[in-house]
Amino acid sequence: MGLTKNSTGLNAVDTGLDLKKFLPEDKVIALAGNPNVGKSTVFNNLTGLNQHTGNWPGKTVASAQGVCRHNGKNFILVDLPGTYSLMPHSAEEEVARDFMCFGSPDAAIVVCDATCLERNLNLVLQALEITPNVVVCVNLLDEAKRKNIHIDLDMLSLRLGVPVIGTIARKKGSLNRLMQAVDTLIEKGGNGKPYQVKYDEHIEEAVGLLAPLIEGKFGSKINPRWLALRLLEDDRALSEPLSKFLEVDVFEDREIMQQLNLAWQRLEQGGITKENLRDRIVCALVLTAEKICKGVITYDKNTYNSRDRKIDKLLTSKSTGFPIMILMLMVVFWITISGANYPSQALASLLFWGQDRLTDLFKYLGAPEWLHGAVVLGVYRVMAWVVSVMLPPMAIFFPMFTLLEDLGYLPRVAFNLDKYFKKCSACGKQALTMAMGFGCNAAGIVGCRIIDSPRERLIAILTNNFVPCNGRFPTLIAILTMFFVGTAAGLFQSALSAVLLTLVIILGVVMTFAVSKILSLTILKGVPSSFALELPPYRKPQIGKVIVRSIFDRTLFVLGRAVVVAAPAGLVIWLMANITVGDYTLLAHCSNVLDPFGRLLGMDGVILLAFILGFPANEIVIPIIIMSYMATGTLVELEDLSSLRQLLADNGWTWITAVSTMLFSLFHWPCSTTCLTIRKETGSLKWTAISMAVPTLVGLVVCFIFANIARLFL
Amino acid sequence: MNEKSLNELNAGQTARVKKLLLTGSMRRRLQDIGLIEGTEVECLQKSPGGDPVAYLIRGAVIALRSEDSSKVLVI
Repeated sequence: MGLTKNSTGLNAVDTGLDLKKFLPEDKVIALAGNPNVGKSTVFNNLTGLNQHTGNWPGKTVASAQGVCRHNGKNFILVDLPGTYSLMPHSAEEEVARDFMCFGSPDAAIVVCDATCLERNLNLVLQALEITPNVVVCVNLLDEAKRKNIHIDLDMLSLRLGVPVIGTIARKKGSLNRLMQAVDTLIEKGGNGKPYQVKYDEHIEEAVGLLAPLIEGKFGSKINPRWLALRLLEDDRALSEPLSKFLEVDVFEDREIMQQLNLAWQRLEQGGITKENLRDRIVCALVLTAEKICKGVITYDKNTYNSRDRKIDKLLTSKSTGFPIMILMLMVVFWITISGANYPSQALASLLFWGQDRLTDLFKYLGAPEWLHGAVVLGVYRVMAWVVSVMLPPMAIFFPMFTLLEDLGYLPRVAFNLDKYFKKCSACGKQALTMAMGFGCNAAGIVGCRIIDSPRERLIAILTNNFVPCNGRFPTLIAILTMFFVGTAAGLFQSALSAVLLTLVIILGVVMTFAVSKILSLTILKGVPSSFALELPPYRKPQIGKVIVRSIFDRTLFVLGRAVVVAAPAGLVIWLMANITVGDYTLLAHCSNVLDPFGRLLGMDGVILLAFILGFPANEIVIPIIIMSYMATGTLVELEDLSSLRQLLADNGWTWITAVSTMLFSLFHWPCSTTCLTIRKETGSLKWTAISMAVPTLVGLVVCFIFANIARLFL
Repeated sequence: MNEKSLNELNAGQTARVKKLLLTGSMRRRLQDIGLIEGTEVECLQKSPGGDPVAYLIRGAVIALRSEDSSKVLVI
């Protein structure tokens, strides 16, 4: 998950888990673990897929599958979202639980963080209650070594009764031993004695009343102890997936219910109610984990995390927390803007040289004028624009942001901002979903799954569009550069751009807070819910690998999108600009109709039309504007931003137009992919419609007020 | 016997959990990460706004809001 080609754009829409085996004898391996333990790195390196690995809890929010070949066999790995427990509290935890329990994996690898092993063991113990085929992967051994934490893997394996393999997931060698252990386990079976957590005598007695009956009815289909415990807990949310899996509604089965009621009675006699049953079960798990780890882990309590504490003091303290955050944002933008300058110009020159060559080719072949127009002036030109203007900033911004994520900085942002989110009755984790929205709003929407409360999740979904995605960045940067900074490339210019862009983003963030608050007071009334955010240890990102992979990934993504979205859009615009109905072209008709409305908002008909036609993807808005102006006016050689500025000025653009366009770009309906994602995530057409209406309404109001007040003063 | 709630701890102070007054899913969520009776907790850092506050619980750093930490009794 995260921000990669495979998870942004159309791929963000979750189509559900569709397990695909190549051969019937392929083995399915579930990959489970706490959030943030390097599970996705293990997955990536075993399968060769490129699933992004960031350093904040909640990164993987959907399941992904990949194939790992080992010893000539196929292993289908299913990467589950990180969970603290298989007794789920959120949508993503349910996904993990459902697969582990009902997906019938042949084995499960539970990945643990060596620097936090005791807490991780809770999940291992729960996994062992579901299936005996568990391999424990103790990952991040290099981090543990750095912190002087020593783990006796053999002793741990002895105590747990299952294979325990230590790994450094970044290094593929250790992963081979992991797969070997999995292979051996499936082929030869384990030593037969995986550890089973013992609860207190009353609970064990109750389990004893149910387990044999369950075993009799369902055999080896499901672990009887596990099911007995879940029935005793009266976990009705489990009923649906359970019934589907067993093909029988357990809670309707007379015999089972009879035994269950008897068991509940016996528990009550022992002083255990249904409420404190869960307490006791969880306590037993926690204390068992503690017991198993004694003697297995050795570390110096006072020094092992001192470096992390020092960094946190810097990043989250009262005096330095916020300034650093804003500075960080500005630096990221500044590097993006100044770094993208030359590559953009170079690409533009190259691609427009290409356009001239294509024109020559068409002339040489004697191709008809309209064909040249459609293919070269329409399709090719828009694609050329998108690639030369969109690609360099994206290729710089994404890697930088990814590095920040890998470091583990983003949860600290959520930590700093939570108080203000709480004031708006929203959740601090919304900061994380907004961060994802910077990359791609669709990915940001999916990321909202990390917010437990449905009400707060909806608020995050409805406001995610106030954060401009990478498709809108270049639009904002281009307008800022043309109208407010000057197209000369210098240190001052790029720094000013960065500052202005940061201000625009801050405006988006402020609007997010404001609208969240309004939503909480009106259609999404409610109180702030509970909130527990893990601040993971800082980890050194693999800088080289991240940069290379991200640039490659972004290039493919932009090129792909350019072909799929920009090219057809270019064709459509060219057609509209060259098909005449009555006295005007189709384009002129449409923009004339929209013109009075557009002018009210400080823009014009062409700009508004461009936004509407930009529904498939935000990055084509400016190309559409350019094309529309060029179609109605004289042909201009468009080689760089200064000639673009001239084109805009010739068509009536003033600084007011520029600002209004930027404001509308920030506050308008989500792109088609995002809308699709919202529909999928909320399951509701009503909320999808509202998610389109809210930012649009804000945009209309803000632009109207700004444009008319600004005109008053001019 | 110095009984107080978790949110009354200052940065650097340590205490043991006496009782969880929380109910429902938040109770379970905290238990899942190891915050049960008898667990040792250290208050690490307050956020710039004063809330939430980061605590060290069984080797992991968890940020909690005062609404929730005020319902954890410690000694």
